[in-house]
Amino acid sequence: MSAQTEELKALTGTTTVVDARGTSCPGPILAAKKAIGSVPVGGVMEVLATDSGTLKDLPAWAKKMGHDFLGNYEDSGYLRLFLKKLK
Amino acid sequence: MSRKTIILFSGEFDKVMAAFVIANGAAAMDDEVTMFFTFWGLNALRKDAHVPTSGKSTLQKMFGAMMPRGPKKLGLSHMNFAGVGPKLMAKAMRDENVMSLPELIATAREQGIKFVACTMSMDVMGLHKEELLDGIEYAGVASYLGDADESNVNLFI
Repeated sequence: MSAQTEELKALTGTTTVVDARGTSCPGPILAAKKAIGSVPVGGVMEVLATDSGTLKDLPAWAKKMGHDFLGNYEDSGYLRLFLKKLK
Repeated sequence: MSRKTIILFSGEFDKVMAAFVIANGAAAMDDEVTMFFTFWGLNALRKDAHVPTSGKSTLQKMFGAMMPRGPKKLGLSHMNFAGVGPKLMAKAMRDENVMSLPELIATAREQGIKFVACTMSMDVMGLHKEELLDGIEYAGVASYLGDADESNVNLFI
């Protein structure tokens, strides 16, 4: 397990979790967009997804929206992707 | 914030689907999106139910009767198989949990995407405002070009 994964796992319980599992493109970014408003600035949002395209899409979305993509790791059969809300 | 403009000229299910996926993605990235519906693309905006109208020519009535009414009636650009193709595609999409076209259209509206119907093609095809989704805008090429001037991505689908 990488150091980054350890750091991400340590965030468990402190994040706003958005469950986009089962949805396909553009579902995960629509879910992210819908939920980001409820995340405090400086807070971390965690997106759960099963669509592998989300690995590229969520970082691109975060960059465009001005948030900091922290990374991802694979849980049992799905992805956990993390980003920090910067504004 | 930047702006995206999409001209939806085509009325095939797959192409309409592509347009709405891109439009919704752009809106989710905080872009202002204008979708300009012209010619066959107007069929995506038609209401499912028959709307009684008056003052149409015979040709326009024929257009109205033969063109698909709304997103659930659109054919595929390939493998349409006389109307079976779209049903197979809809099933494949459901199996993969892809949003349906009516859902994508509803989400586009929730996201504040601007829908503009081309009045010239509406006239040609005899489509009246009451036959299309409520609350959309009606305009022509100059209005579209005005939005396109301020856009950094412009698609013709």
